[in-house]
Amino acid sequence: MPVKTLIKKGLYFDSVSLMRIAQKLNSLPGISDSAVIMATKENKNIISSSGLLSEEIKKASDNDLAVAVKADSEKSAVQALSEAEKLLSGKKENKEISGSLRACDISQAVSMSQGLNLALISVNGRYAADIAKEALEKGLNTMIFSDNVPLEKEIELKKIGAKKNLLVMGPDCGTAIINGAPLGFANKVNSGSIGVVGPSGTGIQEFTCAVSNLGAGISQAVGTGTRDVKDEVGALTTIEGLKMLSQDPRTRVIAIVSKPPQKKSLEKIISFVKKIKKPVVTVFLGSSQEYPSVKNIHTAKNLYEAALKAYILSKGENPHLVKERMYNEKIALAERIKKEKAKKREYSKYLRGLFSGGTFASQALYLLQPVLGPIYSNIPLSPEFKLKNSMKLEKNSIIDLGEDEFTFGRPHPMIDYSLRKKMIAAQALNKDVSVILLDIVLGYGSNMNPLAELSDTLKEAFKANPSLSIIAAVTGTDMDPQNKKELMKALEDTGVMALENNYAAAFAAGEILRKK
Amino acid sequence: MKNNLFESKLKVANIGMESFADSLAENSVETVRVDFTPPICGDSSQWSSVYKKISSINKANKIASDRILQAQPFLIGMGKAGDLVPGMKKNLILHAGPPVSWDKMCGPMRGGVMAALMYEGMAKNPQEAEKLAASGKIKFEPCHDHSCVGPMAGIISYSMPVFIVKNKKFGNRAYATMNEGLGKVLRYGAYSPDVIERLKWMENVLYPVLKRAISYLGEIDLKSMTAQALHMGDEVHNRNRGGTSLLYRTLAPAVIKTSSQEEAASALEFINKNDHFYLNLSMAMSKASLDPAAGIKNSSLVYIMARNGTEFGIKVSSLGNKWFTGPAPVPDALFFAGYGKKDANPDIGDSAITETNGLGGFAIAAAPAIVQFVGGSAKDSVKYTEKMYSITCAQNNIYRIPALDFKGTPTGIDLIKAAKTGIMPFIDTGVAHKEPGIGQVGAGVVAAPKEPFIAAFEAFVKSI
Repeated sequence: MPVKTLIKKGLYFDSVSLMRIAQKLNSLPGISDSAVIMATKENKNIISSSGLLSEEIKKASDNDLAVAVKADSEKSAVQALSEAEKLLSGKKENKEISGSLRACDISQAVSMSQGLNLALISVNGRYAADIAKEALEKGLNTMIFSDNVPLEKEIELKKIGAKKNLLVMGPDCGTAIINGAPLGFANKVNSGSIGVVGPSGTGIQEFTCAVSNLGAGISQAVGTGTRDVKDEVGALTTIEGLKMLSQDPRTRVIAIVSKPPQKKSLEKIISFVKKIKKPVVTVFLGSSQEYPSVKNIHTAKNLYEAALKAYILSKGENPHLVKERMYNEKIALAERIKKEKAKKREYSKYLRGLFSGGTFASQALYLLQPVLGPIYSNIPLSPEFKLKNSMKLEKNSIIDLGEDEFTFGRPHPMIDYSLRKKMIAAQALNKDVSVILLDIVLGYGSNMNPLAELSDTLKEAFKANPSLSIIAAVTGTDMDPQNKKELMKALEDTGVMALENNYAAAFAAGEILRKK
Repeated sequence: MKNNLFESKLKVANIGMESFADSLAENSVETVRVDFTPPICGDSSQWSSVYKKISSINKANKIASDRILQAQPFLIGMGKAGDLVPGMKKNLILHAGPPVSWDKMCGPMRGGVMAALMYEGMAKNPQEAEKLAASGKIKFEPCHDHSCVGPMAGIISYSMPVFIVKNKKFGNRAYATMNEGLGKVLRYGAYSPDVIERLKWMENVLYPVLKRAISYLGEIDLKSMTAQALHMGDEVHNRNRGGTSLLYRTLAPAVIKTSSQEEAASALEFINKNDHFYLNLSMAMSKASLDPAAGIKNSSLVYIMARNGTEFGIKVSSLGNKWFTGPAPVPDALFFAGYGKKDANPDIGDSAITETNGLGGFAIAAAPAIVQFVGGSAKDSVKYTEKMYSITCAQNNIYRIPALDFKGTPTGIDLIKAAKTGIMPFIDTGVAHKEPGIGQVGAGVVAAPKEPFIAAFEAFVKSI
């Protein structure tokens, strides 16, 4: 298969634009793979494994843009490159957006708009830290969406932030809601009295949506970046967020949504929580540790339980009510589960979880491994269940498609469904697959037309495997641009079991697969 | 100090994904969209060594830019290059831009050299001039290295008359020839007999008339005149109509008082017909204002930008007398009828000293009459000027732009800011035909090339 290359010297685009272009190239007839990258050493390494690293790209420098396509014929390759050229030349025009201000750098932005108080940074990770530093120096809070920022830079930034009493959300912070405004990947939720802080972006999305769907609301959602609870960082942003939420008069209940923090970070968090005069709900996914000595802590084992506890507490009611409510909700699913079980044949055996949110994948692992036994994964609970090849699923398996191995050179699976669609189709061809478990994340930043994108694939899957169950957890609200209610109804119409949250979806999957 | 983010109205600077700014706009959050381009050079260790010293760099740049702002350039007289210009010799020809040898010289510069050799009587005809120029007997050096500046080819030879501009604050001087007008002229590489004849008339008639008038007046405050010209629609690089008119108005009575009626009339008529007469003074004034900003330890201020038609060169305050160069780009231009980009010579001339001084392209928002060069609308020209604030150290205290509510022009190019933002100084300029002897074929704009800035950045990082 011919590989053809195009080098644009000195041309720069941010990686997201490049990925969008790559996505378009991949959809062209005759193109099996493509890469559109800035020709840095790291990027060259990454594309060399896919056979796209041509001699020309090897010679290109950091400041050059490189396009490579793998095609079934010379002609399709040439066509794809000319399309790439068109896409690259079309964009750089200064987009005139009426009523919006444009600045050349952070300093100019500060001088243009009085009272600027937050910088939302999503440039390539190589440059993000320097920009964040400049923003902090100008007195701005920062949200750094970019990942691949060196850990020592993160620590430096967070120390500056702590010294200047500025919030440093990130690096690798996907989600925040500040004063009602969704930042990054976030949902449109009710405003209210529950504040949340934590390193898990999708976890915060699930929590805030659940709270909102229960009828309560969110005061603030502070993302910290995935590495904040590592001991090297020492939960600096988590603590800063807790401090701000504890002082915020609108916040009556605080929640911490996180994977289990490392030892010292955990100690710091717990000792800070002790000082707070508000109830604090913690969900440290995968940890069942309780803190009986800390009166205001309410631990939860999963995101939904955390949302329910926060909701109940915000109403001033007893959190013990949560257990009963969760039990009743499970009972309510019995009919629907029975219907799915009725479709099963003897060969219907296995679970295939295809997740776009890492937190959802790991929560599903924690919830389902006790029910189903070992689950293979690219992020397994114990190393012996690591999938050898993340594209080749075996037995019961759950994969996180948001891991770096999948996201290089293409947009995040919450935006770009193409890989997941391919995998759904492939799984449906295996008769022994009984349940496909999905997450569909709505809100700003995510795919805007999930149904239109998925419906053909879902229909085909049911046709190929009539005894198959597909369960989708939809994270979102009815106020989101994609509208949760309509989506769930449409999914049910195609035969999908559409549920409000990952917890319920995992429960249903477990019940359907449970051997009598 | 408490963080009052939660009590304030959220206002966001979005840098990176545009879709995030779109979402914020949908939610009625005031958002400034910040453009991002990666630094043009430097790895992370180089940048962190820069950031480590950034406060002393900024301090040094403040000293350098203050010197530019404090400059008091006055036209104080005239004389012959041979008598005044430091290091001037009979066999030395000064040219625009960084150093260049005869074999690397572009067409218009070669033509200018040939014209000068004939003007000096060292060659009888073009063939002889060319041979002499190539013989090694003639030395070529940059104007800038002799306290001079020259537009286009920037040729200055021993007996050419020059203006003397003195920076009264620091005592330094700068020199420039008189502007010959448009069309077939030496600075565009023309060397026909009428070109030489005009130069002779300028030496024999115009020069003595102006010299007497200036000495009668004592001195002319060029900074104040330039500030006024900006309010008359000039940026004193590509448009000098206001400046020329002000100069004419100042000189005329003195010219009449000190010269015969006939000579006075011909001299004034010459100035009146040449809208660009003021250019050489705005350049010499800029040169005199900028030179004191050289030699400040740790300063990344660029105090010279100049082109020789082959290469573009800059000098940086803390990096001594060293030129940093790269290939000169061909300007984006509007061409005179019958000419096009294929005829254009790469960028040439010392006139980018005006931009270095916060004028020219940096002040294009002051010159709505020439916005055709930058996209056609007055808004475009404002945008160009606005952009230059991102790469400069100061706002000018004297040169102000009416359309920006009299904001001072962006002054004092900072190498670090240019390297970091990738925003290159914006220059407006005339375009010479690439063959000698044809002259100007258009006018337009050009962004400084990155290479000289990259080379200077590397040297700067080593120096701190």
